[in-house]
Amino acid sequence: MAETQEILEGAMAVAHAVSRCRPEVVAAYPITPQTHISEELSQIVADGDLNAEFVKVESEFGAASVICGASAAGARAYTATSSQGLLLMSEVLWNIAGMRLPIVLACANRSISAPLSIWCDHQDAEAIRDAGIIQLYAEDNQEACDQHLIAYKVAEDRRVLLPAMVNLDGFLLTHVFEPTIIPDQDLSDQYLPPYEAVMKLDVNDPATFGAFTEPDKCMEGRWMVHDACRRSLPVIEEASAEFEKIFGRPSGGLLEEFHTDDADIILVAKGSLSGTIKDVVEEMRAEGTKVGLMRIKTYRPWPEEAILRVIKDAKHIAVIERGASFGAGGVMTPEIKETLFDAGLQIPVSGYCVQLGGREVPPDGIREIVDRAAKGEKQTAYEYFRLKEDILPDLVPGA
Amino acid sequence: MASDELFDYSDRVLTPGYTSCLGCGEALAMRIVTQAVGKNAVFTNCTGCSEIFTSRYPTSSWAAPWLHSLFENSAAIASGVYYALKHKGKLEGVNVIGTGGDGGTADIGLQCLSGAAERGDDLLYCCWDNEAYMNTGIQRSSLTPLDAATTTSPSGKASWGNDRPKKDLPAIMAAHHIPYVGVGSCGYYRELPKMVKKALSYRGPKYLQVHAVCPLGWRSDPGKTCEIARLAFETGCYPLYEIIEGEMKAHKPPKGGWKPVEEYLKPQGRFRHLFRQADGEQQIVRVQALAAENIRRFYGDDEVPDFAKEAEKKVADMAEPQEAEATA
Repeated sequence: MAETQEILEGAMAVAHAVSRCRPEVVAAYPITPQTHISEELSQIVADGDLNAEFVKVESEFGAASVICGASAAGARAYTATSSQGLLLMSEVLWNIAGMRLPIVLACANRSISAPLSIWCDHQDAEAIRDAGIIQLYAEDNQEACDQHLIAYKVAEDRRVLLPAMVNLDGFLLTHVFEPTIIPDQDLSDQYLPPYEAVMKLDVNDPATFGAFTEPDKCMEGRWMVHDACRRSLPVIEEASAEFEKIFGRPSGGLLEEFHTDDADIILVAKGSLSGTIKDVVEEMRAEGTKVGLMRIKTYRPWPEEAILRVIKDAKHIAVIERGASFGAGGVMTPEIKETLFDAGLQIPVSGYCVQLGGREVPPDGIREIVDRAAKGEKQTAYEYFRLKEDILPDLVPGA
Repeated sequence: MASDELFDYSDRVLTPGYTSCLGCGEALAMRIVTQAVGKNAVFTNCTGCSEIFTSRYPTSSWAAPWLHSLFENSAAIASGVYYALKHKGKLEGVNVIGTGGDGGTADIGLQCLSGAAERGDDLLYCCWDNEAYMNTGIQRSSLTPLDAATTTSPSGKASWGNDRPKKDLPAIMAAHHIPYVGVGSCGYYRELPKMVKKALSYRGPKYLQVHAVCPLGWRSDPGKTCEIARLAFETGCYPLYEIIEGEMKAHKPPKGGWKPVEEYLKPQGRFRHLFRQADGEQQIVRVQALAAENIRRFYGDDEVPDFAKEAEKKVADMAEPQEAEATA
């Protein structure tokens, strides 16, 4: 049966894709730019099109806690958030990962206060990258939809049993209208059967969830989260292959290789910024520059083997990020460097923070980054690209 | 004879082997309340004594399904359990019970508790009120009574201890217009099963607060836990009551009449400074005046004993709070 494409706002499309996953308990709290996802889901439930409990929670912390309890009781559960909301629920998300509960959430990536900004960057999701939560990043609305199905399939796999987060850029994807296929319900049911918990809160088979451990055992409990996250690497690839088999189109996976085969310069990025980068790559290829883009689709676990296969023969790598580790450098930049170093490869890596708080880098900015790499510009420090120094106040008051 | 022939624990939800302190009023209350609830229930817990002394991996005292997540979300995870079981049609004859100490309930946990109550979620929340953050070493909470010494409200040359009266958490819960609010005591443990049964006869959010003596934190004789708990009520310091469908039902007044607050304060080290520091008796008068207010609120003016009314007069006469002075 052919699925139809509709022009849909990203957040709406995601809501309908989530509905295809048949979550049993949905708890979400409003925050720009995720809110349309929650609103549309609550409308879908109100229209009787999804048989789920939509819980009117009092905060994001409440939302994550409600789905923690729901998942522990054996239900497939879902939430969506951004930025401040993600940070507020982060305590629960760490707890959920530690308790190996396979919830799925969407993060409509948004900058973190202060100053307050409702616009896109990746600092929110990156702030919790160490928790063992699987992190997928969508380039476009189609991927954001598909990745939800893949997220549940991977999260609930008995080899994994971890929470999974689908990241889609706030406003750039959530509020943008694109032609999107909402996965067919029957195909979705085939791909994603009902959730069967390994262990759950059941009066007929009582179990204790969330015990405390002393030092002699705690490290092992924590390591198991890391281990499960690592084990999800092949599971993600399998889930992607299965997706293509059932839905008849490719989606998911660890990364995308765009003109990287013979590239001298490889750009690394994740999220919707990849669209702009791809335009520049195509233009520059036509001009004879051997440049390519490696787009990270799965950020956690970090797919170093797949990454190495793509970048090992590059002459220069430029990591283009929407995040930073203040007081240090980048986020993906050091991870790329670590991967290369561990493999004994001495390829120069330049790292750029091209935007925080939603100020988009235009195509000529990407071109400038490629030109600098092509000139063999050696870069050591993580650069805040095109920082408007003329609008900065005195950095040391009264100096 | 093997011990499992001597002692039958099969009806217990909280089974023996937990590592609470000697004389723990909270453990007593938990054992009795959970036993009254029975095993057809899912329990949630917040971080605190009740969680720590029952769930040291790889052991567990819980003979019913039990979930501990964080310090402040026992009510919210209970809501989650409720919605999941509801969705799966597994709530028939099964209760959802959220539990936690006063710290995790009245302060950091209040948002989640209010959310669950406001949504009308069908669960019973039990707050074990031992009047401080005991598990972390006796720090004050919003349910710590006036003048109690804790590690973050210590007595000293410039302090009488905690300078605030107890937050009226049952009133906050009643303001959500939930069908049942109950305030019980580990000293009146025979009444706890009746309160649980009453609460569970209602659908919707229910709140049961149980006064729990903590011999370690209160610095009291572990052999006198129940006696001290009863004195709390008999002096008017800790009123016991139920608000059932909005209607107030106070515990019947003490048979031998209301006792002066000194009888309650004296056996507790956390109030010792009131008896040792100069002008401490002024503070005892303040505590007595609060007790008078409590008695009047639940039983009417006629019930307030004369010695309590005198204390109220003295407090009205005092211009401003006395500075604590070093003992000789």
